[in-house]
Amino acid sequence: MSTRTRAIIILGVILLSIYGVIALWKDGRLLGLPKSAAQLRENLKENIRLGLDLRGGTHMILQVRVHEAAGSEADGVIERLKEELRKARIDYASIDRNEPATVEQTDSIQINLRGVPAARTGDLRGLINERFAAWLPTPVNPTDYRLTMRPTEMIGLKRETVERTIRTLERRINSLGLTEPVIQAHGPAEKSFQILIQLPGVDDPGRVKQIMGTAAVLELCEVKDGPFGSPEQARAKNGGVLPLNTKLAPEVRRPGESGEAWYLLNRTPVVTGRDLRSARPGRDEFQKWETDFTLSRDGGRRFGRFTEANVGNRLAIVLDNQVRSAPTIQTAIPDGNARITGAANQQDAADLALILQSGSLPAGIDYLLERTVGPSLGADSIRQGVVSGLVGLAMVVTVMLLYYRKSGVNAVIALLLNAVITVAVLSYFEAVWTLPGIAGLILSLGMAVDSNVLIFERIREELRAGKAVVAAVEAGFDRAFITIIDTHVVTVVSSAFLFMFGTGPVKGFAVTLVVGLIANLFTAVFVSRTMFDWALSRRAQVATLSI
Amino acid sequence: MELFRQTNIDFLGKTRLAVGISVALVLGTVATLAIQKGPKWGIDFRGGAVIYVKFRDNPPVQAIRSALEARIPGEISVQELTGTREVMIGTELKDERSLEAARQTITQTLQDRFGRTGSKLDFNNAGKQTLLERLRDPLQRASVTLSEQELQDLVARMLAFRDQQRSGILSNFKELSAVSGVTPAVLATLEQEAALAPFSFRQVEIVGPKAGAELRAKALLATLYALGGMLVYIALRFEFIVGVAAIVAIIHDTIITVGFFSWFDREITLNVIAALLTLIGYSMNDKIVVFDRVRENLKLRFRGPLRELVNKSINQTLSRTLLTAGPTLLCTVALYFLGGPVLNSIAYALIIGIIVGTYSSIFVASAILVAWQEWLERRRKVRGSPVAVPVSNAKETARRRPAKAGRQV
Repeated sequence: MSTRTRAIIILGVILLSIYGVIALWKDGRLLGLPKSAAQLRENLKENIRLGLDLRGGTHMILQVRVHEAAGSEADGVIERLKEELRKARIDYASIDRNEPATVEQTDSIQINLRGVPAARTGDLRGLINERFAAWLPTPVNPTDYRLTMRPTEMIGLKRETVERTIRTLERRINSLGLTEPVIQAHGPAEKSFQILIQLPGVDDPGRVKQIMGTAAVLELCEVKDGPFGSPEQARAKNGGVLPLNTKLAPEVRRPGESGEAWYLLNRTPVVTGRDLRSARPGRDEFQKWETDFTLSRDGGRRFGRFTEANVGNRLAIVLDNQVRSAPTIQTAIPDGNARITGAANQQDAADLALILQSGSLPAGIDYLLERTVGPSLGADSIRQGVVSGLVGLAMVVTVMLLYYRKSGVNAVIALLLNAVITVAVLSYFEAVWTLPGIAGLILSLGMAVDSNVLIFERIREELRAGKAVVAAVEAGFDRAFITIIDTHVVTVVSSAFLFMFGTGPVKGFAVTLVVGLIANLFTAVFVSRTMFDWALSRRAQVATLSI
Repeated sequence: MELFRQTNIDFLGKTRLAVGISVALVLGTVATLAIQKGPKWGIDFRGGAVIYVKFRDNPPVQAIRSALEARIPGEISVQELTGTREVMIGTELKDERSLEAARQTITQTLQDRFGRTGSKLDFNNAGKQTLLERLRDPLQRASVTLSEQELQDLVARMLAFRDQQRSGILSNFKELSAVSGVTPAVLATLEQEAALAPFSFRQVEIVGPKAGAELRAKALLATLYALGGMLVYIALRFEFIVGVAAIVAIIHDTIITVGFFSWFDREITLNVIAALLTLIGYSMNDKIVVFDRVRENLKLRFRGPLRELVNKSINQTLSRTLLTAGPTLLCTVALYFLGGPVLNSIAYALIIGIIVGTYSSIFVASAILVAWQEWLERRRKVRGSPVAVPVSNAKETARRRPAKAGRQV
């Protein structure tokens, strides 16, 4: 290849790289060159995508409590099964389910049906096969049965729970008006049931978490008794156990209230969040903020019937198993309007309305991990990183120029070109810059300097051995090339493993490193060599080399 | 300029000293790790909650500690990061839910005790959305007419000023006068609606024990696979024993670097893992340069013992080794002093790693190779039977593959 051809190739790559950095790429499409300085700044900001650690924002991994979904699925089946058994006139002594405590135990969900007359075995099996095909009845003894969920159904249930959770969270987060949120399944879908959430620029994660994390299971329940000071008191009043079809729920304490208040509630709610049509913030007669909601026609009718029959009794508004308030029913409420009082301010009331509107989560969520970087820390990291990067670069450039003189210029050009190409490739692939990624970049630039040092030292050695300049340059590049290939390939190999097996930040490290190394093979070997050849070919007699 | 001209130092002659130093450092690390039950993992690996808070003035560490101890069950650590006015508040392990509760208590307590903004919004810790909601109506009442877009831009500019110009903490609203669009009326509204807490939450990390264990396992596994990949490549390109020598030297570097983290009570975080990976790459690079030279010298049919040949190779590559290490070290020192708290630990790992890595390229990796070869030779002499000698194998290989090696001498 002639020097001329090589020069053209290099020029092409340089132009393409600069173009890649300053022109705007979006979703793989080119949106054009900048036309003003302001637009150039805008494009650079757009092209150099900063990760959450540099930009500020929240990174979370949530665990969906799929075992809760399995539990409530079983609850639904129990209710329906009772109904069907009554219709089919099949007697039974008791029906209940177990309580898987962790996500890993989800598969162990089972419904226990006891005391079915042995003569009705066939009918029962027929009923279950026909109506509850997802469940598999296993006889424990002639009258008792254990119902377990079929594995394929279980997989489906888990997947759907995670998907529904993602959709609900998406609705909630999108209504907050954040930019570029990421909400996606995380880890192996069949095992981990985790969700990754990234919210760039969120500096108030507490609020976001509250909005996301509220399961928002709204129930309006009849109050049977209470309030009690503790669950024990409630049980003691009923002979140590809870009466049938009741549950205990604590009341949320407001500022200024002390002690606990527990209500004994009817387990079957009058209406639930599913009967909700709309919700919005409002104010009560004392100008305090509250959340008003309207029930669907069907729910409103049931609510109307219930309030009519229970004037003077108390009704509990229960959100996520906590009693928000337990007002006494003054009159029948036929229009299906109700309200949750006690919001601290407008935002509180609006957030609750949003949560109710977006639908309830199919299962609770746990936060496995949260990393929030405040915007000022990100800004500081960038500034300090840029300052120290420039200082470092200045020192390297000084050393190279002092030590290798004119050849050092060659090395510096190759180094800068390497940086430009790397940035261009990363912005082309829409890669995100994170701190570990920058560590990868530093290593690749370090290796770029090293490649030049290797070559130059070799050339010097050849010169000392008495070779002529042109021959020494050629030998220097050729010898050093073997070493450079070895060092680069071995690093690429290890980066490939890091990329395959590492987590997010480690992956970012591997990607920038590999891109930087490939750019370096081009700049340190090809570009630098061409510059040498070009400089040497311009002189008629080459007796000395500034190195 | 030339600093190292045809040196002829007997590096391998100092193997004894090097073995002493290396063994002492490695054993020191291992002993420290054994006593401390492993390295001091950062919160991202250990599980727990850590909150970094930057204060305007010197942080009242003692007061924070006593305020929090009263309200949070279990161990709580409050530590000042020297010279940054930043406080690190940490609480340990427990399960995911209590971590979340602890975090809320910590932020709440700080707001109540040290923020004292009352019913006003804390501007120094407000998000864009919250500030926007808070100002919209009052601004309208103060007859500052702005379109929704203008209002959003104004809020964004004020927050950008706070974060980029003031590191997140304003001490007086008057400072905002520098921001375009902040008129006296806007300032008055701000002062009426918001207050300035003397601190700003910089970073929050909450890692449940489950996620911590997962992260740790994955990082470790990825590193091991990466080392394995390197070993295979070098074994293919050189000889197996060369790969072993390089990997042993690199493990040696990594252990000692981890030791320096333990001895100086620094935490190993996810970012430090990235730094350790960087130094593994750097150190491997260094070792290959020396081994490549050994291989090349073998091709030259060097007469004499391997010890001399390796010594010569180290001397030949010495100027490149030090010239690469020098500027890189300068860069990392700059990063260490100027890079801020996050980059500081990365730079710390790199500084130690570069020094140890350069040392082990010269004194450890090659010494392992020579020791192996000499051991083989002694055994051959004793037994009198021909044994395959890896390095002379390399000689054979080089002769058989001149085209691939590509360079005639």
